[in-house]
Amino acid sequence: MTAAARISLDLIGITKVYPSAVALNQVSLGIRGGEVVGLIGENGAGKSTLMKVLGGTIAPDEGEIVIDGKTTSHLTPAEALAHGIAFVHQELNPFFNLDVAGNVLLGRELRSRPFGFIDHAAMAERVKPLLDMLGARFQPSTQASELSLADQQLMEIAKALSTNVRLLILDEPTSSLTLAETQRLLDVVRRLRADGVAILFITHRLAEVEAVADRVVGLRDGRNAGELQSGSINRDAMVRLMIGRDVTQFYTPPQARQGPVVLRIRNFRTEAYPQAPVDLEVRGGEILGLAGLVGAGRTELARAIFGIDPVQGGRVEMNDKPVASGSVPAAIAAGICLVPEDRKGEGLFLDFSLSENVVMPNLSAIATAGFVDRRAEMEIADRSRSRLSIRAPRLDRAVSELSGGNQQKVVLAKWLGLDPRLIILDEPTRGIDVGAKAEVYRLMRDLAEGGAAVLMISSDMEEVIGVSTRVAVMRRGAIAGILSRADLSEEAILRLAVG
Amino acid sequence: MHKKDIGLAVLVLTVGAIVTLVNPRFVSPVNLANTANLIGLFGLFSIAEAFVIVTAGIELSIGSVIALLGVIFIDLIASHGVPWPVAFAIVLVLSVVIGLLHGWLITRLKLQPFVVTLCGLLIYRGIARFYTRDGTAGFTFGTDLPILEYLFVGRTAGVPHSVMAFGVFAVLAWFLLHRTVFGRHLLAVGKNEEAARYCGINTKRVVVTAYVLCAFLTGVSAIFFAMYTKSVQPSSHGNFYELYAIAAAVLGGFSLRGGEGSIVGVVLGVVLLQVLQNLVNLLGIPSSLNFAVMGAVILVGVIADTQFHAYRQRRHHQATRSALAEVSRTPSANS
Repeated sequence: MTAAARISLDLIGITKVYPSAVALNQVSLGIRGGEVVGLIGENGAGKSTLMKVLGGTIAPDEGEIVIDGKTTSHLTPAEALAHGIAFVHQELNPFFNLDVAGNVLLGRELRSRPFGFIDHAAMAERVKPLLDMLGARFQPSTQASELSLADQQLMEIAKALSTNVRLLILDEPTSSLTLAETQRLLDVVRRLRADGVAILFITHRLAEVEAVADRVVGLRDGRNAGELQSGSINRDAMVRLMIGRDVTQFYTPPQARQGPVVLRIRNFRTEAYPQAPVDLEVRGGEILGLAGLVGAGRTELARAIFGIDPVQGGRVEMNDKPVASGSVPAAIAAGICLVPEDRKGEGLFLDFSLSENVVMPNLSAIATAGFVDRRAEMEIADRSRSRLSIRAPRLDRAVSELSGGNQQKVVLAKWLGLDPRLIILDEPTRGIDVGAKAEVYRLMRDLAEGGAAVLMISSDMEEVIGVSTRVAVMRRGAIAGILSRADLSEEAILRLAVG
Repeated sequence: MHKKDIGLAVLVLTVGAIVTLVNPRFVSPVNLANTANLIGLFGLFSIAEAFVIVTAGIELSIGSVIALLGVIFIDLIASHGVPWPVAFAIVLVLSVVIGLLHGWLITRLKLQPFVVTLCGLLIYRGIARFYTRDGTAGFTFGTDLPILEYLFVGRTAGVPHSVMAFGVFAVLAWFLLHRTVFGRHLLAVGKNEEAARYCGINTKRVVVTAYVLCAFLTGVSAIFFAMYTKSVQPSSHGNFYELYAIAAAVLGGFSLRGGEGSIVGVVLGVVLLQVLQNLVNLLGIPSSLNFAVMGAVILVGVIADTQFHAYRQRRHHQATRSALAEVSRTPSANS
């Protein structure tokens, strides 16, 4: 980075109206070089739209932007870039067919003379120092397809830093990172702040905001909800800012009343880790947290139990009866269901209506001679909407119009109709707001207290410790250890996860 | 989807009205019956194609299958003396085998539908030409087999049986796609195959069934075509028919990305395409421009559809904005 002048940016009275909703209503936000501002708010509060205004991809309908003393009504993407505004988006979209250097310098490729071919050596040389600074363990020549989610995140940050960045906007940068990786990222943030970069840090993980932010700006329903100055930044204050009330009993594990063993897997070997046989039991009435680093094989284990992926060996038993492996219908028939990690890719049909999504796994139950009973469909969807407090005005509108938290509730609603005996949730609260999180926890608790077994995969330490009855920690495909509620602590989990 | 169907119906009626004004022969009983016959013939395989497109697949071998099954049907009856109901059954079984083969290659060997059916297009055409030594398989058994002749080229109350068959299959297809569990599964697999698997849907079976349905309907259509033309020239019979089918499906609101479309739409699409063909004749446009007219109308239709959609979005936006202005004028105390 060259020593550019520190940025001074103010958004004043920004309003943006979308066809379906008012995204921003008279929102103001200021940020100066050398400070970290945490931007918090529930999903749908307007954070993403505000980011897009800063990036120049949308023009606000009202309001002005004062940048380095100059006032304008909107920025173009080129102007935003010229002012040194850079983004790391929540949804990573790397080009998997390129290497790291190609991704970082995409559109700004270095060329060799005299023919103008791409100069890979020069690009690697340019990118290497950035990777070193971030503490990345991969090379400029590494193919992007070989990177883990966390490394892809680092690559995106390197991309942002490769421009002359004065304002770095991080949108949920840690949602797929492990604790150690998160710490490393926060260190990078602190170092950039020391260099005079302004950082806008958007996250649902309040502990991180608390750790790194100098100031916190809250948004609620597209309006400014208030600000917290350094010293008054704490969890309770932030939650109040986001939802306008206290969330009582946010984390409560289910009442300890353990039933019989529901799921038993023996000598179970997944395709990802064929040398690591897994033995595990989950009892009715408990929430078993499944912790571990990203890539420890938790998702693969869940997919194999549910029959999405073929199995290398071993067996799955539900209520002491074996379940045919590699078949989702067999798993569902045995009472297993899975809420996948990738909500949009695996959990939902985004263009389909709420009712169509909710009844999809259970269509034959509401069909006569193969014909769908559409009245029953609407009734089920309506009941699910009230049971899960899904905020959706209409049952026949596409679920793509809903916020992330409400979409996740639709995924849950799909399975409730089947009365599952074992529900596996893979990162169930990733990227959803505090209010929806509380709803998801309440639902998991209800299911467990109703006698079902709950297996929750989560990389959010607070969450794992807060809601689990027991925690199994995975390392390189195997169960490294199981902690009872009394032994739960971040240190204990981490020790097992890292080994 | 509903609105799209209405838009298409309006387009069909408008084109029809214009042709009638310029050349009233359009609505003469003879011309209407002939056009209806063609609508029936082309409609059968267009519905077939729609079932594949809705799964985000494509079937390019329809024309070649019509040629191959056509020559087999004629040969079995004319050269081998096979009773026509048996020949009919053999052709349908063969069509199902073709559908199973395509479905198997696509789901088990994970080949792309475009590649599989493109190879089918070349292979079946080649076999048809080799089988007949590139000669025209003609026949005159219409008079010897009056029942067959009546069933496939006859008319009842002036209505060609081909269009009746089309109507029956269209109604069945509508119920199948829009009202049954299987139809829901077809749409789901086409929209998001991964999410469909997570719902416990046997996605491979759904896709294979779609190709079998498609091939079966193509087989039925092959017999109608053979009986209609009374001779099959294996190098040209059915050429480009898959493209008519794709065009009709796209006009009918089927997305090539899968997961959406309506049977009413594809029926209207077929009608529009045949009316356009007819229009070229009736308005004295050189028949060499036939494809150009069809392509131009489809393009204009698709552009109009997207523009209309964008216009509605903008109007919706305006409405929300003025509603906001209303709210802003009454200052709120809660922020």
